[in-house]
Amino acid sequence: MADGPKFLPAGESGLLVELGDAIDPALNALVHRLDGLIGQARLAGVIETVPTYRSLLVVFDPLATESARLEDSVRALWPRAQASEAGGQGRRWFVPVAFGGELGMDLDDVARRTGLSAAEVVARHEATDYIVYMLGFAPGFAYLGTLDEKLRLPRRETPRLAVPPGAIMQGGAQACVSTLEMPSGWHVLGRTPSPIYDPGRERPFLLAPGDRVRFVSIPAGEFENRAKALPDSEALA
Amino acid sequence: MSPHLAAIAAGPMSTVQDLGRRGYQRFGVSVAGALDPLRLAVANALVGNPPDMAGIEITLAGDRYRIEADNCLLALAGDFDLAIDGRPAAPWRGHRLERGQVFAVGAARAGARGYVAVAGGLGFAPMLGSLSCHVRNRLGPPRLLAGAVLPLSRDRAPKGPAQAIDPSAIAAGEGPLRVVLGPQDDYFTAAGIETFLAVEYRVSRAADRMGYRLEGPRIEHAKGYNIVSDPIPAGAIQVPGAGTPIVLLADRQTTGGYPKIGIVIAPDQGRLAQMKPGDAVRFAAIGRAEAAEAHRAWRARIAALPGMLRPAVEDATKLLDSARLLSLNLIDGAVAEDRA
Repeated sequence: MADGPKFLPAGESGLLVELGDAIDPALNALVHRLDGLIGQARLAGVIETVPTYRSLLVVFDPLATESARLEDSVRALWPRAQASEAGGQGRRWFVPVAFGGELGMDLDDVARRTGLSAAEVVARHEATDYIVYMLGFAPGFAYLGTLDEKLRLPRRETPRLAVPPGAIMQGGAQACVSTLEMPSGWHVLGRTPSPIYDPGRERPFLLAPGDRVRFVSIPAGEFENRAKALPDSEALA
Repeated sequence: MSPHLAAIAAGPMSTVQDLGRRGYQRFGVSVAGALDPLRLAVANALVGNPPDMAGIEITLAGDRYRIEADNCLLALAGDFDLAIDGRPAAPWRGHRLERGQVFAVGAARAGARGYVAVAGGLGFAPMLGSLSCHVRNRLGPPRLLAGAVLPLSRDRAPKGPAQAIDPSAIAAGEGPLRVVLGPQDDYFTAAGIETFLAVEYRVSRAADRMGYRLEGPRIEHAKGYNIVSDPIPAGAIQVPGAGTPIVLLADRQTTGGYPKIGIVIAPDQGRLAQMKPGDAVRFAAIGRAEAAEAHRAWRARIAALPGMLRPAVEDATKLLDSARLLSLNLIDGAVAEDRA
């Protein structure tokens, strides 16, 4: 990390800024801080940036700038990214989750395989301050870390063909929240009534890269009520 | 009902596409957009639209539309069979049609993708800033099926005469697809990179809007084939464990965990998207400066399209007639007739 960013070519309209090669909260926080600084700097010719675990892609218009110039700009921002206070500037969300039962059909299996009770599995998820490492795979799909060590399991042997939107899942050292019905090999622990993603909303995405998430357990009965009660514009939980 | 095209029959993969979604990859949203932006721009130019307006991208064979609007100007950019009310008609030019007429795009004679543009554009509401259809992300109008209704946005419809373009003037270049090596070319041995640049690959049957899987010799990895998931630029050439390349296109996911040996430059992504299963593909490495120059030339070509148009003549006989008249230098005679 002390080496500073590594700049790698990504075609004629991309510059990959790599800060390391691990999934690590401190490294990821640096990515989000540098990403925030690049956004604030409004560099000429930059179309968008794509922050991930340990690198970020700067997508640019080669008619308006060139990669050498962008490298200089990003290098100039680097000391500030390192100096910023730890924790980044992401928002904090409390996401209500109905764990177990029909909404979290793998909870008992996860408990059995980890040697914990279902209540302990839920308690460990609630106690973890998750970071949104990145979004990918599908619109609004957030990769959260880091999972309590006692909870880590390989993926399911047989993926489920259709996991509904709002499913809270875990796989490896990570948790996630699904946003569209999708096939998945991750373990489904519960479901949130919070509108994580709605392309028709003014703010389509609840979670942004670098945000923090705490899961809060709610009774299954409350899932139905909240799902009905939450107006589209209400982005929270 | 408000002005629209009624799809009577649909091709195997027809979708509404503009240049895709900008600024949402950080939220996991695929860019989508036309696989061959130059050709979409040609279709738009032929009906007087700006180059980035949404049109219909057709794949291998097109759709049949009944015109439910008055005085509707349409064009097809692509070497596809075309018929208007059952009579053969020419692509690469605008056609002014009346309510009830049928514009039927048939099979591709060359290439894989064509674009149909309508003067004034399509009247769908943008989703996340774009009209582009992304089937898996469930964004944009759904894939076209028989019975679909395509609303037209007539307010901005240009009024001028129908235009035509000489397709040979905008033909894509020949030769290998140009690639900038990286960002993870260090995940391959020198021999692996040599293989990648020396051999001929074939487009497999797994070739769609998301990407083209190629068949051919294995590219040797130097240190495994897993990386910590990182962003996937357009045109990225991903090499999974099997060792054969996959070129990722408009509908690609935003992040992935296979090393990328190089990136196909934007102008050549469009060329690849015109290839069909079985077609031969070669790659050539170029530097970043040369890649930027090729990109600028491609964009300049798109910008110059309006200047390459000429008025469309009503049918082929008249085209021949006027060409013959000009070649016979009968202009004096015509002037004399005017005076009379």
